Amino acid sequence: MADVGLIDHAGTDARVDSKALEGPRGARPRRVLSRRNIILYGTLFVVAAYYLLPLYVMVVTSLKGMPEIRLGNVFSPPMEITFEPWVKAWATACTGLNCDGLSRGFWNSVRITIPSVILSIAIASVNGYALSLWRFKGANLFFTILIVGAFIPYQVMLYPIVIILREMGIYGTLTGLVLVHTIFGMPILTLLFRNYFASVPEELFKAARVDGAGFWGIYFKIMLPMSLPIFVVAMILQVTGIWNDFLFGVVYTKPGVYPMTVQLNNIVNSVQGVKEYNVNMAATIITGLVPLIVYFASGKLFVRGIAAGAVKG
Amino acid sequence: MASVSVKNLDLSFGDIKVLQNLNLEIDKGEFLVLLGSSGCGKSTLLNCIAGLLDITDGQIFISDRNVTWEQPKDRGIGMVFQSYALYPQMTVEGNLAFGLKNARVPKDEIEKRIARAAQLLHIEPLLKRKPAQLSGGQRQRVAIGRALVRDVDVFLFDEPLSNLDAKLRAELRVEIKRLHQRLENTTMIYVTHDQIEAMTLADRIAIMRAGAIQQLADPATIYNKPYNRYVAGFIGSPSINFIDGTIEVASDPVFKAGDTTIDLSRYAFSGNGPKPGAVTFGIRPEHIFMDKAATDEPFRADVEVDVVEPMGADTLVWSTLDGHELRFRVDGQTPLRKGDRVKVGFDPARASIFDAETEMRL
Repeated sequence: MADVGLIDHAGTDARVDSKALEGPRGARPRRVLSRRNIILYGTLFVVAAYYLLPLYVMVVTSLKGMPEIRLGNVFSPPMEITFEPWVKAWATACTGLNCDGLSRGFWNSVRITIPSVILSIAIASVNGYALSLWRFKGANLFFTILIVGAFIPYQVMLYPIVIILREMGIYGTLTGLVLVHTIFGMPILTLLFRNYFASVPEELFKAARVDGAGFWGIYFKIMLPMSLPIFVVAMILQVTGIWNDFLFGVVYTKPGVYPMTVQLNNIVNSVQGVKEYNVNMAATIITGLVPLIVYFASGKLFVRGIAAGAVKG
Repeated sequence: MASVSVKNLDLSFGDIKVLQNLNLEIDKGEFLVLLGSSGCGKSTLLNCIAGLLDITDGQIFISDRNVTWEQPKDRGIGMVFQSYALYPQMTVEGNLAFGLKNARVPKDEIEKRIARAAQLLHIEPLLKRKPAQLSGGQRQRVAIGRALVRDVDVFLFDEPLSNLDAKLRAELRVEIKRLHQRLENTTMIYVTHDQIEAMTLADRIAIMRAGAIQQLADPATIYNKPYNRYVAGFIGSPSINFIDGTIEVASDPVFKAGDTTIDLSRYAFSGNGPKPGAVTFGIRPEHIFMDKAATDEPFRADVEVDVVEPMGADTLVWSTLDGHELRFRVDGQTPLRKGDRVKVGFDPARASIFDAETEMRL
């Protein structure tokens, strides 16, 4: 730096003849079939097969007739494909007194899931929005209490909630179960939304305030349109969680309004008559189909949601 | 008539006092710059004026109306942020209209105001675009437009140019100055840590440090007669040379540091005149001359060149005067290398002398 007072030579800018360059040059070459790659992909393949095998057995078995199943060749593909078990599982399998198959439970689950998902996301998003942007007095205390709720085991609250629902006169109804799902979704969803809104630039919020938007104005016109991804993530979490729920369904509803999971259990675990493995398999697949579709349709967003749930600010 | 006045403002977050007993009067149509390093409370003060932060004590008046308890939207202000803060899902037009729609301004009036702002800021071709499709400079223009359409008396700028690259910053700086000249009677309060922005834009600069205003004056006074050592060191790039020493008063006052003696008879002492004691002598690099130019200066010395930093238009030379670092600025074409011995000189009348203990200007 000291000797730049006098500059009396110009840098030569001629390119060196490219043939004259010796030794490593340009991008480093990569081998496709290196030992590292073989081990890596081999392991992934084995693990994937290990996970997919049960699903394969289920699909194959559900397409076989009972005589074929009795042969005991669990892994062999069906000699004669039949959809009889699927039809029976959906429409005529008996649980208790009802013999209308899983269809009853399916519609019950739909009627539980849709209002629970909408209600819990609506409330939790407003919670998260208020907690992250409108820091009111006691906001942190409120948030802590809510998060502690996420760590209390469900079993502890099971019976008290039975009493509460009974006193409210909604024990054994779908309304009661929707209420329970909404409340239990609150801690994790609020955390999710709070963290997401905390990552929204604060100046955006300030600008909206200067522009005269109020609490709901900012929520609906600014925050909601720019946070659709997190809403999708919350929806995935809730749909799969509520659809797969068994405990609350069996405790807070009565046989007529059992959700699909409870009904599936009753079909599979029935002790009377012959064990119809093919019907059981078909019923299980039908029940798992909704979360499966949701996962497949939204894989990327789901991963993003898990990352967004990481605690921030 | 005061456009904005801040009276005895206090702000604390818990036990931390961010602003303490702050008073500020801003005239109608004035361009005031709040200048300071990060964490000095300048943005906080702006947020208090905007009403985005609840203050602990004191009052805020805008256009002679006590707005201390009013919502930001009711204060008659427009605000521009560092990160632009445009609503990402709305078009430029939607961004400009948002505040007006909230205020239930009639539709044709909204269109009229948007057209005027767009024309003023040259963003007419961008009206249908989304913020993501704009460059940084265009975004900031839109953000200024959003404040402009509100038709307010007071503009608040929170480091609006800090996210832009150097070239754009210079362009927009001039544009903001033009805008202020065109909008007569519009008060602008501008927060920045960039002293060039402050010097070029401001009618008056308020230099802040640790939640208090150090000096509030026009740019020339701030530059030539800094009120204390902090202000002197903060303003000016390359920064002012400080030499620690003592004042001795014989027939004429002199400054002594080691073997160097500087005659201070030409220096305009404030208050009661010179008093003997420990002081810091400050002289700006651009007020020190070299070689021939130095011969007429009242104070002269020989120094050895230590480091040379050529910057194109001019060159900054680092040297030592009697063990004290001395930087001075010479023409960019001057040939100089490390080890050269040169004659330098300056006029003590242009210096600033500060009490070593209180750091106040003498």
